[in-house]
Amino acid sequence: MKQIAKTELDTLFAAITAEQKLYIPADDSAGQAQFTLWRPGLALSGRLNTARSAKDLFFPQVENLVGFRMHAGAIERVETREEPEDFVIFGVRACDCRSFSILDRVFLSEPVDTFYQMRRAHATVVTLACTRPEETCFCAAMGVDAADPAGDVTCWLEDGTLLWRANTEKGEALTEKLPMLRPCPADAADAQQARTRALMQKLPLAKLDLSAFGAGKTRALFDRPEWASLSEACLGCGTCTFVCPTCQCYDVEEFRDGSSVRRFRCWDSCMYSDFTKMSAGQPRPTQRERFRQRFLHKLVYFPENNDGVFGCVGCGRCLAKCPIHMNIVKVIKTLGVTHA
Amino acid sequence: MQVNSEWKPTIVAFCCNWCSYAGADLSGTNRLSYPANVRIIRIPCSCRLNPMFILRAFQRGADGVILCGCHPGDCRYTTGNYYARRRMTLLFSMLDYLGIERARTRVEWVSAAEGAKFAATMNDFVQTVTALGENRRLEDLRCKA
Amino acid sequence: MQGVKEKAIELLRSKSVDRVVGWKAGEFFYDLTPAVFTSVPEVEQSFVWSVFCAANLSKYLIAESRRGGKVAAFLKPCDTYSFVQLVKEHRILRENVHVVGVQCAGMCDMETIRSHGLSAVTSVAEQDGALRVETLYGARTLDRKDALGEKCRTCKSKKLAVYDELLGEQGCDEDNGRFLEVARIEAMTPEERFAFWRGELSRCIRCNACRNVCPACSCETCVFDNPDSGLRNKAAADAFEENLFHIIRAFHVASRCTDCGECTRVCPQHIPLHLLNRKFIKDINGLYGPYQAGADFDTKPPLMDFTLHDPEPSQAAVRGGGV
Repeated sequence: MKQIAKTELDTLFAAITAEQKLYIPADDSAGQAQFTLWRPGLALSGRLNTARSAKDLFFPQVENLVGFRMHAGAIERVETREEPEDFVIFGVRACDCRSFSILDRVFLSEPVDTFYQMRRAHATVVTLACTRPEETCFCAAMGVDAADPAGDVTCWLEDGTLLWRANTEKGEALTEKLPMLRPCPADAADAQQARTRALMQKLPLAKLDLSAFGAGKTRALFDRPEWASLSEACLGCGTCTFVCPTCQCYDVEEFRDGSSVRRFRCWDSCMYSDFTKMSAGQPRPTQRERFRQRFLHKLVYFPENNDGVFGCVGCGRCLAKCPIHMNIVKVIKTLGVTHA
Repeated sequence: MQVNSEWKPTIVAFCCNWCSYAGADLSGTNRLSYPANVRIIRIPCSCRLNPMFILRAFQRGADGVILCGCHPGDCRYTTGNYYARRRMTLLFSMLDYLGIERARTRVEWVSAAEGAKFAATMNDFVQTVTALGENRRLEDLRCKA
Repeated sequence: MQGVKEKAIELLRSKSVDRVVGWKAGEFFYDLTPAVFTSVPEVEQSFVWSVFCAANLSKYLIAESRRGGKVAAFLKPCDTYSFVQLVKEHRILRENVHVVGVQCAGMCDMETIRSHGLSAVTSVAEQDGALRVETLYGARTLDRKDALGEKCRTCKSKKLAVYDELLGEQGCDEDNGRFLEVARIEAMTPEERFAFWRGELSRCIRCNACRNVCPACSCETCVFDNPDSGLRNKAAADAFEENLFHIIRAFHVASRCTDCGECTRVCPQHIPLHLLNRKFIKDINGLYGPYQAGADFDTKPPLMDFTLHDPEPSQAAVRGGGV
């Protein structure tokens, strides 16, 4: 375990930036935290979490795949892929860090998504333990320990001191380049961890019961009548999917300017009317089916294909951001009640 | 802003079929010249101009967009240009509000008999846009490659 | 206000309506969801009227008024303008809706409360015009106006445009300086305006929440969703598309937008989208005379109307964006 005074964070960030790019949560002009490329003077946000999730750095909303150009009567392939540089992402919360392992299951299994893989390979994830969870947090129910997040390095901010623990080889390598980090006792974070864990248990959603969900529950849940009332107010916007750290669906689109084509992928949302639309039509004709898809994917289909792991990390962004306040917790609580 | 002696702006002129499109013809038959970088797109009436067309023109590389229609009162369809006038007034004000150079967009009323006015209008507009230089604020970088 | 829930029960019990559109209790005290209630027990169990009923229910009536039977809806003053506008556009079937007007003192917004540095809020209670906010980390008292959402801070009117019955008193137009921010932007240099809007619009994640919540955006298929339009863009792949979407959307609702403020309320990225709509409203008021969309059932929206002597587009330029 190492430590550095909070007042020296700038020195630490400058040292990291000397070698590679560094992203930290910083307040944007609207006062919300967002992962931002660090530059001297950029202050670490005091907010619990970023408005957009950390997945953006590995799975950006828009990404060029390949291009084509007409040249001398023939179609020429244009390489648009850029090899990412090494970067450090600092201040990732436990929930977002867990989301990486969920995305890994999707993008790093065969066939491997090389765009995602490259970014993951070039990144060093430095997590930051939570001390002041929000009422919307339910990571504990998803098996995440907010007081001891994973990542290449784990940090705790305690009494004006940043505690730093390298967890992986990548983390060790980064630590070695940062001489300003001074050794400290290995149990320095223990008191804070105990406090945070006690706090997590007091949160209103800490005891969220997930027993009605998981692999093999499709039949029991698919035709439940409650889907109609749950989805009736849904606007069909993509807010929940776009702020979600684990939503991974994308669409491949093309931009044509008359003489060339640029093929890119961009996030798609199962809430949209044209999601997975095919020549034969739309398999989910109303918002009820789209809504059901989103939540069953996270709570049943994903665990079914991924050793029982839920496709949700309990970050609470959809609770805070949904325009009509419909969210996964309400779905869990409504459908968790079994029929009499 | 990159303005060199060779650079010529791309101008898109949306012209009403019943007046300014014929006015452009007339300026030609009268051997009046207007810059070759004005690309005319014929529309059935000035009120056919969807604001999207203007933005789209800028996206695809236009440096200036001008709409030419019948003089108020002379619309082939009686009132089309009155609607166009309100729409363009509001749209241009909005573009200005977003900090997009206001002088890149213009509306002129040019009748079929005003070949000289058509040429003069285009000459003046091209000059204005040339002075502004390339459209940077409403461009689509993907179209520039 | 007392009596909103009781009114819902009364309407259903007396069978004067078949359904009631209102707000349903959530997990917390603030996360209310618009909902349709069909029975008295449902209302008794979960109908809520509180300072967190900001959602405009008018748009739901497009579908609800066509579902057969009579539906009652609780509309706040600002919501009634959207309602009238939608009736005017033949989107809502007026005869199937029983409008219960509800006077409103302004709705609180959780994102605004959070923006004061308050986190893990467990309760908000009104106390002598102030708000007592309890959090897991202690309590604080907020001025009521500091907890209001943007749309309520700059409320245009407490006057209901329509109602079949009214809870509370009919109000008057208000002047809360809703155009001050527009004027401030107009006074900037073009470079500053450009930088300001790039800063705001570049945060857009194209979630379409602004469009989907907007009562004026009621097209069956939006041009931005239509693959045949050549304009569909699921994500803003270029800065141009961020501008395009918001300019076209604001333009499409111009002169029909009632300034209900829902677009800004729901934006997850806190983009002040109302400033685009208000610019159009300010321009329309200045150029074509004061107009409030949805204030009545008869007048034509200014963009569907004209006079012989309207100002020329070039004149709007001379004003330098201001009117």
